Amino acid sequence: MSALAETDGATRALSLDIRSVSHHYDIAGTRFDVLDDISLSVAPGEFVALLGPSGCGKSTLLRLAAGLEAPRRGTLLEDGNQIGAPDPSRLLVFQDPTLFPWRTVRKNIATGLEARRLLPQKAHRIDEALSLVRLEEFADAYPRQLSGGMAQRVALARALVNDPGLLLLDEPFGKLDSLTRLSLQNELLKLWQTTGFTALLVTHDVEEALLLANRVVVLSDRPARILAEFNIATDYPRHRDDPDFVRLRRQILHELGVQNV
Amino acid sequence: MSDLAQTAGGRVTAASATSFPIWYQGLVASVFWLLTAAVTWGLPDVIPWGSAGLFAAITAIGGVLLLALALTLHRLGSTGDRIAFWGPWLIALGVWFLLWEYATAKTGWLPKPFFSPPHGLLQVYVADWSRLLVCIGYSLRLWGLGFFSGISLGFVIGVALGWSARFNYWGMPVLKLIGPVPATAWIPATFFFFPTTFHASIFLVALSCGIPVAIQTAAGVSQVNRAYYDVARTLGAGERFLVLKVAVPASLNHVFVGLFMGLYYSFAVLVVAEMLGAKYGLGWYIAFQSAYSAYANVYATIVIMAVLCSGIVKLLFVARNRLLVWQERGLI
Repeated sequence: MSALAETDGATRALSLDIRSVSHHYDIAGTRFDVLDDISLSVAPGEFVALLGPSGCGKSTLLRLAAGLEAPRRGTLLEDGNQIGAPDPSRLLVFQDPTLFPWRTVRKNIATGLEARRLLPQKAHRIDEALSLVRLEEFADAYPRQLSGGMAQRVALARALVNDPGLLLLDEPFGKLDSLTRLSLQNELLKLWQTTGFTALLVTHDVEEALLLANRVVVLSDRPARILAEFNIATDYPRHRDDPDFVRLRRQILHELGVQNV
Repeated sequence: MSDLAQTAGGRVTAASATSFPIWYQGLVASVFWLLTAAVTWGLPDVIPWGSAGLFAAITAIGGVLLLALALTLHRLGSTGDRIAFWGPWLIALGVWFLLWEYATAKTGWLPKPFFSPPHGLLQVYVADWSRLLVCIGYSLRLWGLGFFSGISLGFVIGVALGWSARFNYWGMPVLKLIGPVPATAWIPATFFFFPTTFHASIFLVALSCGIPVAIQTAAGVSQVNRAYYDVARTLGAGERFLVLKVAVPASLNHVFVGLFMGLYYSFAVLVVAEMLGAKYGLGWYIAFQSAYSAYANVYATIVIMAVLCSGIVKLLFVARNRLLVWQERGLI
């Protein structure tokens, strides 16, 4: 499973510093505040989950971290350097796999290397990435021929083949059926443990956050503020019936305003 | 098949039971083809057209072949199935030849020169084949130069219009204004501006297919899902990659809509342009021959055009299916 990490040495995990970031959108002349003074530090190799109600601005925070947009106020730093533009060291995996439908699985995974003209030197990495997500047999299939879970695994491989130091995950399993979701959560966990990237996961699934993350950050409704942070020290693999797990889940749901569960 | 089996009654079931199945549609078609041959050869032409013997020979050979197929089709496997599919058409063709032959050459109900029997068209190919070949060559050259320069330019302009906001600001209103004007309306102006009518004709053909390609490509590029750009940008894609490897393939479906529209316009303009100012070419040939009331030549040329144009359309379909294989429905 650690094929990716072994070839080019371990991935250099990156830190992410979010400093007093506020953001708003102007839609049809109305101002929508989405982020309200968010400050958060993610250490190299850490797995942080951002938990909050739907539409609270979590995805916006990831777009800012990816460099796809600039914040209206505050700064975001990657290893101390300000984030100004997208960079393959910080990769985003969306809720929709967003595979390029005109490219085969192999060429989808190769996109990053091809765009940076690294394909000649690093062609072997494609096969490694394919085996990492167990899709060797589907290398020449087109995205329309894949199931939702397979497509999302391709999206993960497409990101990981670039050795990102920081993986930004925007509800990556939100559209999958519950069984596929469980198996992909395990796969993501293994990939994180073996390749050692820093992970920032946006989700509204409390259990997903508690199963995967070192730290869970609870966000408020829009405009998002940080309500609470929970450090999760439990060893992996984690179990849903663990007393700590149950206690934390109740606490977090309480923070989110859901009671009597 | 079942209709015929029922009308023929008990004997059919007997025949098919004795492991000697007959393709009845082929048999019926064969009868009409042979009948056409007999009428063409046996009855005299009201006014002689020439090539009656050749046409009779061709239809007789066709009839004999159909007769042979009617008896052996069951042994030909999938090829046989494909031939059997066209059975009703082969019958219709035989009936059509027979009626056409009889109503024109043999009775004169449809008189010369406005109508021509099938062997009248054949006579045109036999007598004038070298000049027709030259005309086909000229037409294909003019069409090829015009079409390929038009779609190349239209494609590039379309991508620029769909991609660059500034280009779109200046270009789109112009395109929207001149786009709906039929390319043939420019004929007087272009014949004045270009050194030769040949250049003017290339321009007109290019204009006619370039505009729909430009419009459709621009629409396609501007409608590409923004998420694809986001993904590509985070993966390290520069502007060049975004245009060539994301915007273009993502909008290829639209491009092909424009290509098909442009193809049909280009045929129309080609013929008009040739009728007005060319020295050779199928359009010129039609105009020239109709001036002499040689309608058989006109019909014969129209048949050539039909085959050429539908052949080119078919080629474009093949190209599209190859390039858009990722879009096809169904699993692997």
